[in-house]
Amino acid sequence: MLKMELLYQRDVYGKALVELGKTNPDIVVLDADLSSSTRTKMFAKSYPERFFNFGVAEQNMMAAAAGLASCKKTVFVSTFAVFATGRAWDQVRTSVVYPQFNVKIVATHSGVTVGPDGATHQALEDIALMRVLPNMTVVVPCDGPETYDAVLASVKHQGPFYIRLGRDKVPTLENKGEFTLGKADKLCDGSDVTIIACGLMVNTACQAIKSKELERVSCRLLNMHTVKPIDKEAIICAAKETKAIVTLEEHSVIGGLASAVDEVVSENCPRRVIRLGIKDKFGQSGEPQELLKEYNLSEADIISAVKRALA
Amino acid sequence: MPYSEKQIKELEHIAKRIRYRIVQMISCAGSGHPGGSLSAADLVTALFFTSLRFDPKRPDWPDRDRFHMSKGHCCPLWYAVLAEAGYFPIDGLKSLRKLGSCFQGHPDRRTPGVEVPSGSLGQGLSVALGMSLAAKIDKKDYRVYCLLGDGEIQEGNIWEAAMASAHYACDNLCAILDYNGFQIDGRIKEVMSLEPLVDKWRAFGWHTIDIDGHNMQEILAAYDEAKTIKHKPAIIIAKTIKGKGVSFMENIVDFHGRAPTKEETEIALRELKD
Repeated sequence: MLKMELLYQRDVYGKALVELGKTNPDIVVLDADLSSSTRTKMFAKSYPERFFNFGVAEQNMMAAAAGLASCKKTVFVSTFAVFATGRAWDQVRTSVVYPQFNVKIVATHSGVTVGPDGATHQALEDIALMRVLPNMTVVVPCDGPETYDAVLASVKHQGPFYIRLGRDKVPTLENKGEFTLGKADKLCDGSDVTIIACGLMVNTACQAIKSKELERVSCRLLNMHTVKPIDKEAIICAAKETKAIVTLEEHSVIGGLASAVDEVVSENCPRRVIRLGIKDKFGQSGEPQELLKEYNLSEADIISAVKRALA
Repeated sequence: MPYSEKQIKELEHIAKRIRYRIVQMISCAGSGHPGGSLSAADLVTALFFTSLRFDPKRPDWPDRDRFHMSKGHCCPLWYAVLAEAGYFPIDGLKSLRKLGSCFQGHPDRRTPGVEVPSGSLGQGLSVALGMSLAAKIDKKDYRVYCLLGDGEIQEGNIWEAAMASAHYACDNLCAILDYNGFQIDGRIKEVMSLEPLVDKWRAFGWHTIDIDGHNMQEILAAYDEAKTIKHKPAIIIAKTIKGKGVSFMENIVDFHGRAPTKEETEIALRELKD
């Protein structure tokens, strides 16, 4: 466990962009004064003629991305998740997603683990805001390597794409399968409870499953990196083959992964779903680990949710 | 005068035909926005039939000039001009705003010649900026034109785009402001004043060209002047009359967003007939 490699997802993203830029001259990258934080600066250094800083003006950046995409560019747009999805939502909706443009929104600093910056900077609604848009793809990678896979997948995919990254370093999971867009990765199988998680919570779920407290519980763990289009088949199987489902995300329990899973379960195979996430609240300042505990997203919270699910 | 009387007459003739179709189309649809479609008719007609480089048979031609109507509610004008330009048969315009039509109430990519949707105001200048930057990356010499409404520029997004277009020295970008002085709730100066408008655009780093938006000679000269401007974007601030061309619609705010009745349509079409 201690040997797990810790990576910033945004470092991986920055490097992936530079690599893609080398072979794909149609890739253009936009940022709104956060290129150091989002790591798009790496691309800016390598390909200055294909990088545009928009200053603190996300709405302009997003609609300009649409203009570039209408001229056959593949446009990566980065800023913090609150601004990318909240500040510029109408631009994303009308100018980018409605015409199905090849714009890849890669937002960093999502969730409470943004930490000390507090509620204004902690996006807890971004998955919901992007998921509701028709034909939008939404991916929440769990670690560094999966971030790389998601960025590559976004380029192969024609159309708008949202990738949600965090601020903090995250441990690299060791037993992952191959990344397939729209297919849940079954990290372990079980017959009592299915935990469906995304993002950095996948790792916490792994820890919980390995804990002494859950020794006697047969847990299935699905890494649901693609929240949209969601892997219905995997969810229906989980609902049929295990007794309960626990969803787990660093996001509001309204509109995100929990809702996506609920929608499939309630329509196809009703089963109890316990939703772990931010319970209709705003975040606050604090250290990432403190905040995860404060908002009931710790290993102990997962253990107790699994037990509750079986009670 | 660089343009002959004959050319001017011909353009005025086309503009009148465009206005006729606008009224016809909106009347047939039973809803829509005649006021701003009519006020910008001369500006857009002049652009399409003199300056703009396009080929209706190849809407995807990479070297085409781009035109984007940011004030999307005036799409009847756009549709009528695209039909006149040969993108599709005029007959189809009757389906405006009807279920399944490729002429939506606000423009989208279903319509050949429409590049990017609009309708939510304030985004179009950014879209045009993106197109302009794409030309720079690709080292292409096409130009980008963007029609803005006056009420529309109350949106903050417009000024973000204004700032960035000057910052990136987008001299291939030309905005056209249809300054008819009215918005849905009334006179611009009463709802949310914009003046001093020329000063504002200059302060944002733009070259400004102030014209009468119904004088073809001035409009054509403005497009020519805009092409000569280097290292900065240009905006044509065109003073226009809302509802221009239909006597009872001129300067009447009610016709911003309502279709004429059957009787009104008859009178309007009589006025616009050749």
